[in-house]
Amino acid sequence: MITGSTILFYILAALTLGCGIIAVSTRQIFRAAISLLFSLIGIAGLYFWLEYQFIAAVQIVVYVGGIVVLIIFSIFLTQQAGEKLPKQQTDRKIFAALAVFCGFALSMLQVYQHQFNIAETTVAPTVADIGKKMLTVDDGGYALPFEVISMLLLAAMVGCIVIALRSKPETK
Amino acid sequence: MMEPGLYHILFISAALFFIGVYGFLTRRNLITMLMSIELILNSVNLNFIAFNKYCWPGKLDGLFFTVFIIAIAAAEAAVAIAIIINLYRSHQSIDVENAEDLKY
Repeated sequence: MITGSTILFYILAALTLGCGIIAVSTRQIFRAAISLLFSLIGIAGLYFWLEYQFIAAVQIVVYVGGIVVLIIFSIFLTQQAGEKLPKQQTDRKIFAALAVFCGFALSMLQVYQHQFNIAETTVAPTVADIGKKMLTVDDGGYALPFEVISMLLLAAMVGCIVIALRSKPETK
Repeated sequence: MMEPGLYHILFISAALFFIGVYGFLTRRNLITMLMSIELILNSVNLNFIAFNKYCWPGKLDGLFFTVFIIAIAAAEAAVAIAIIINLYRSHQSIDVENAEDLKY
């Protein structure tokens, strides 16, 4: 029995993996950035498919709206437009593909041999649950990691400004 | 076609992880290496969400790990791009082969 949900899942999976492969193999860097964008959108679609709407929204806002735009800007700043990346060495490509294939086969073998105890019922979390849990200081609450992450973001922001600041030429 | 479940999502996330590893091993441009790292982090997020949904549906721990990984990935990407742009200013290149001042 093929339902619409199943077809949607396979379309999203193909979008994610196909665009991911283009992102790591194309020689035009701008095309790589755009395929990365579509791969991340495919992952956001998979989150929607799993009924985790909050995470899907966060994925679109942070990755698609933030990180990919940042990457595209840095490509504009550092790359001559239309210039292709230099050709990669064939032996390096072959060995990398071999290592990756062996790792993938090994991990999938392990996964299919393991029996996960899958729960019968699934509950989709609501945003209210997430908010309450995130700011609880009781047992199992995530208030402390939340604060630590906010400090980390502040430190990263200051660090970025300091690194990217153009140092003034020394005048005597 | 089977009804998709936990194993299908694990297959997708493992494939995405190793696509990212392949890109990281073969690319020599810092921005494309950063893109491969983003793919790897996304595959881990997908794994956390899948386990949270199928194995522990009443809990939210996997979801919070995903949120925090997304936040850390954003901070990491911002710092990495600041470093890359600074490197480009001083070396006129963002190839890893040319960034070897600390090597000797």
